Amino acid sequence: MTATRTFRVLPGFNLTLGYTLGYLSLLILIPLSAVFLKTFEMDWARFVEVVTAPQVVATYKLSFGASLLAAAINAVFGLMLAWALVRYSFPGKKIVDALVDLPFALPTAVAGIALTALYAKNGWLGQYLEPLGIKVAFTPLGVLVALVFIGLPFVVRTVQPILEDLDTELEEAAASLGAQRWQTFRHVIFPILLPALMTGFALAFARAVGEYGSVIFIAGNLPFVSEITPLMIITKLEQYDYQGATAIASVMLIFSFILLLIINGLQAWTAKRTGRDR
Amino acid sequence: MSNSNAPGAILRRTFAALSFLAAGTAFAQSTLLNVSYDVSRELYKEINPAFVAAWKKQGGADITVNQSHGGSSKQAGSVIGGLEADVITMNQSPDIDILVERGGLVAANWRKQFPHDATPYTTTTVFLVRKGNPKNIKDWDDLVKPGYQVIVPNPKTSGNGRYTYIAAWGFALDKTGSEAGAKDFVTRLFANVPVLDGGGRGATTTFTQRDVGDVLVTFENEAILIAQELGSSKFDIVYPSLSIEAAAPVAVVQKVAAKRGTEKVAKAYLDFLYTPAGQEIIAKHDFRPRDPAVLKKHAAKYPNIRTFTVEQKLGGWAAVQKAHFADGALYDQIVARK
Repeated sequence: MTATRTFRVLPGFNLTLGYTLGYLSLLILIPLSAVFLKTFEMDWARFVEVVTAPQVVATYKLSFGASLLAAAINAVFGLMLAWALVRYSFPGKKIVDALVDLPFALPTAVAGIALTALYAKNGWLGQYLEPLGIKVAFTPLGVLVALVFIGLPFVVRTVQPILEDLDTELEEAAASLGAQRWQTFRHVIFPILLPALMTGFALAFARAVGEYGSVIFIAGNLPFVSEITPLMIITKLEQYDYQGATAIASVMLIFSFILLLIINGLQAWTAKRTGRDR
Repeated sequence: MSNSNAPGAILRRTFAALSFLAAGTAFAQSTLLNVSYDVSRELYKEINPAFVAAWKKQGGADITVNQSHGGSSKQAGSVIGGLEADVITMNQSPDIDILVERGGLVAANWRKQFPHDATPYTTTTVFLVRKGNPKNIKDWDDLVKPGYQVIVPNPKTSGNGRYTYIAAWGFALDKTGSEAGAKDFVTRLFANVPVLDGGGRGATTTFTQRDVGDVLVTFENEAILIAQELGSSKFDIVYPSLSIEAAAPVAVVQKVAAKRGTEKVAKAYLDFLYTPAGQEIIAKHDFRPRDPAVLKKHAAKYPNIRTFTVEQKLGGWAAVQKAHFADGALYDQIVARK
């Protein structure tokens, strides 16, 4: 509240800020603080014991590892998909475009059942993969497949609008100045896309970390092999161990929050570096 | 303690809002809510109209019985959270004991309120193998052999899986004569499990639809149902030499029933399960009825099998919970094989 007040086109800053904070508290902060409050019912020693149990630690590795990998795969292939959808016209393009959103709309349990049926050893794909020694259903690889599936739309939909806004003249200019195709991509297009790509990556990652419905069907859920952290939480809940469940949930929340902060920080840094700072 | 329980309070409010909606739609007539476990859906769908007819014949008022199904621990959790169940019908006692512990929803002496420790029917744990029994699986011994794949639901989350675990433990205890021997046996058994589903139905799907595993260990009623639904041309049921008597407990949720004024009808509903008519429906759904006459009538469906109860071999559910399924207890040690 210093002397320099910037002029705003629309009045009501206080109202909107109050509304934003109130709404965020109601929807996000209050439920999340309930998680932490429940956790505080247990003492520190017990908390450490629960969240560092070897079986639980194994689930962190799988959940965060598979989620990062899935988000990375989606970043690469989602970018290619977005590129194809923006730059080329081909028959059925509208349908392909709509298909991208399907993982959003599909109940995750349905996705899980469909993927499991597909990759089980008697499934359409599984019957060919199994003889090659590649097991997907009921292995950690299955977890990855499910996470890639549900995360795909996030990357495509964040990169697509930026690509659409991208002037082809920039590329022509690069070409006329003697840039190779790779150089044009590397030095002209990619830096512009990078912030959006990272947002898509972060969203896909966040979604994957929290995913439960599709994964439990395909994972096999073996302790130390293919258990994800959300399953650990549900297992605790079903044993009436509410504190244990919220303890693991808070560790997950803190991990995710830190990772998302890092990604957002990186994104802001690249945006600044490439001169697209808002 | 329960007042500072914030997520619980939120849950309770949500359920209160939901039950308000339900009450609104069923304004004029009284209702009874039976909260039950996952695979009893078909059974109670048939019990309910039969009970309503019998109740009216006795001069009772018109009543609608609603049913809610899901994983049994999850269902008990909902009742703790505020779902207004008048009666609760489960497949393992711990899921009713928890309602005594948390908030005194059920009377502590619930086992004494109905015959047979408040268990109107039982089932047992059996093996389902692929047609012709290609791996020649006859008894628990065969399940621990290297190279055999056994499908069992997760004992931590599923009553079905828990009974399987206990049955195997009891068998091994007899065979080896020691706790250490039993632990070794069950460890080898679970080393043969390639997929752990959250519940019994999930395990059925894995075995029958995904074609995973040499043997599915599950409840007798589920095995009979699979054999019937999918045609007996695909699977055979194998009865081991010893198994567990899985008794399904029932109780009136006293606190709710008192509040809603449904105590009488709730008790009548559970009593109905013990009547010849109720037992007949139970037998129709492949559970083993308690009534000797009804059991005898359907004897062909239920081969003789030697069974033990949790109380006989493992000192009751509370002891099992503590020694086997608590954090870091025997089950956790067994799966920590890596």
